[in-house]
Amino acid sequence: MERTQFARTELSMLTDSGPLLRVRSLIKHFDVVERGIIGRKKIGEVHAVDNVSFDIARGETLGLVGESGCGKTTTGKVLLFLETPTAGSVNFHGMDVFEVFGKRGRAPDARKLRRGMQMVFQNPYTSLDPRMTVFDILSEPFVIHRNIPKEEWKERVYELLRMVNLEEYHAERYPHEFSGGQRQRIAIARAIAVDPEFIVCDEPVSSLDVSIRAQILNLLSDLQQKKHFSYLYISHDLSSVRQISHRVAVMYLGEIVELAETNSLYDNPLHPYTQALISAVPVPDVKHRTTRVILPGEVPSPMNPPNGCRFHPRCPYATDICKRDPPAFEDRLVKGHFVACHHADKFVR
Amino acid sequence: MAKLLEVTDLHTYFFTEAGVVKAVDGISVSVEDGKTICLVGESGSGKSVTAQSVLRIVPRPGRIVGGTIRFDGEDLLAKSEAEMRKMRGNKMAVVFQDPTTSLNPVYTVRKQLADILLLHKGLSKDQANKTALGLLEKVGISDPEKRLNAYPHELSGGMKQRIAIARALSCEPKLLFADEPTTNLDVTIQAQVLELLKQLQKEYGMTMIMITHDMGIVADMTERVTVLYAGKVMEEADTTTLFTSPKHPYTEALLKAVPSVAETRALEVIPGNIPNLIEPPLGCVFHPRCKYAKDVCMKEQPEWEKVSEGHYAACHRWRELSLQGRS
Repeated sequence: MERTQFARTELSMLTDSGPLLRVRSLIKHFDVVERGIIGRKKIGEVHAVDNVSFDIARGETLGLVGESGCGKTTTGKVLLFLETPTAGSVNFHGMDVFEVFGKRGRAPDARKLRRGMQMVFQNPYTSLDPRMTVFDILSEPFVIHRNIPKEEWKERVYELLRMVNLEEYHAERYPHEFSGGQRQRIAIARAIAVDPEFIVCDEPVSSLDVSIRAQILNLLSDLQQKKHFSYLYISHDLSSVRQISHRVAVMYLGEIVELAETNSLYDNPLHPYTQALISAVPVPDVKHRTTRVILPGEVPSPMNPPNGCRFHPRCPYATDICKRDPPAFEDRLVKGHFVACHHADKFVR
Repeated sequence: MAKLLEVTDLHTYFFTEAGVVKAVDGISVSVEDGKTICLVGESGSGKSVTAQSVLRIVPRPGRIVGGTIRFDGEDLLAKSEAEMRKMRGNKMAVVFQDPTTSLNPVYTVRKQLADILLLHKGLSKDQANKTALGLLEKVGISDPEKRLNAYPHELSGGMKQRIAIARALSCEPKLLFADEPTTNLDVTIQAQVLELLKQLQKEYGMTMIMITHDMGIVADMTERVTVLYAGKVMEEADTTTLFTSPKHPYTEALLKAVPSVAETRALEVIPGNIPNLIEPPLGCVFHPRCKYAKDVCMKEQPEWEKVSEGHYAACHRWRELSLQGRS
């Protein structure tokens, strides 16, 4: 335990007083290629992530919501350099993440950085190796990072299992012997095995049953309180995002359209897309009655995103300016409540 | 009002190599003509198998081993396979969860819609095409003439589900099963599809059975709810009563465990896991996870008791417990 603590302070010494993670103008475009008989021809680009910027403070959860194809998962992966970014910068503890990971042969800092930033994937049925026991799965990080001497592995694995509310005897079992919820606990234990500070959680409860979701959500919060983890919580489920996040960012077609403190965003959404999204979620309460905003049509292709505001073809409030100029992303109306909409002032309550 | 469908004490088991899975173990559910009810439950609760049993499409190695199913005054379990074929798609239809797999990828939309009309309604090809076009308009597909000639892979998920709904409605069935029809869709598309189902249900005066795990959809869509767990019925009531004064601890726990987009509140965890249906727990199936469980719950199966008019629960302790709903 002491050793891992040491690693953490080592990283902390590098920190300035700013946020733990700073993302600036992140861009990720995927080439769309057509395969011919000879060679490949690029026929277009998918704008998966376009100019995304945000900060995450220590011990904070930033929720990232949006519909499928909006670029939320890609954002999470690019942050950890699991996808190569097209442009932009990510700063973690004062270190330039892309520079550290981008070097050929990997800088010595890369391993240190990897220990600081971890990920929990959506589907625990595919993210755990079926041929490894839980003990092997949870001690593999120690093999890679050599942060703990071998004789302490067992104790540390047991400790991890206890932290995620599993039992010591589970260490000898294989993933297939566990239910979905238990597997997700193992995936979480693996992510925290190297004592990270920042964890990307990509839809960690979507594949689980409703009665199990609350267990995992509460576990993530408990661990955060104990260990001051920062989370990027990626999900399409607005209810669970409200439950777990301190601040929430809403993505549409590769861009963040609104970012604010959770209650501010849910109680007074300033972007028409956020309003539609929130109103579309069925509320488990018979007395709750809202007028549902039904958006016409579907999300346009990210290969040719619309000009001006990307939401304008579906927006009930769109005017000429929306078709022409992309709106600025700013918090001029309510401090700390960022929104990219030309007409946001109409919606301030 | 007359009951359109009455399922009594249904048992559907799956005879697997590992043992007999009691997927549906004594489920009773009924629905009045023209109403919408909801079967709510988690995976393995038996909600989909109940629907499959009514349609008599239980996949192997599953078999209906007991109970009765009465639909529109007829005994469905006494019908031959040929007679069932005439019912399916005609008098009862189903919209499945995943339109990507429920639509046939090698046929155009036109063929998939017209085939049913040719078979059940005996329309001519021209008439069938015209009706198919009308159906696409009805389910809100833009540019329906063009879409008729499209293959499923050319359509988005939301559009495919609209086609699946159009197909289910093509013969104006009396009973429509909607088995998690929006689970694979994005929220804004889900809102469109739910709204469409509501509107069509009214228009056609159809009876609808929604199958879902989402308490939000329950609150939004239906008048009556049946709560299932591990192949058994836990509680049945009208939606408002179920949400405001549940009488079964599982219902209460479920209501407290689901987050809501409308508020932030502490989630109460339901401990443990969904039981194994080869060897379900003795006594009440929910007792290992129930915070109110007593000795009797571990030994005896609770009776299906009437709480008040139209409100039933299967719990030994419903009289003494004062459970909280979501207010």
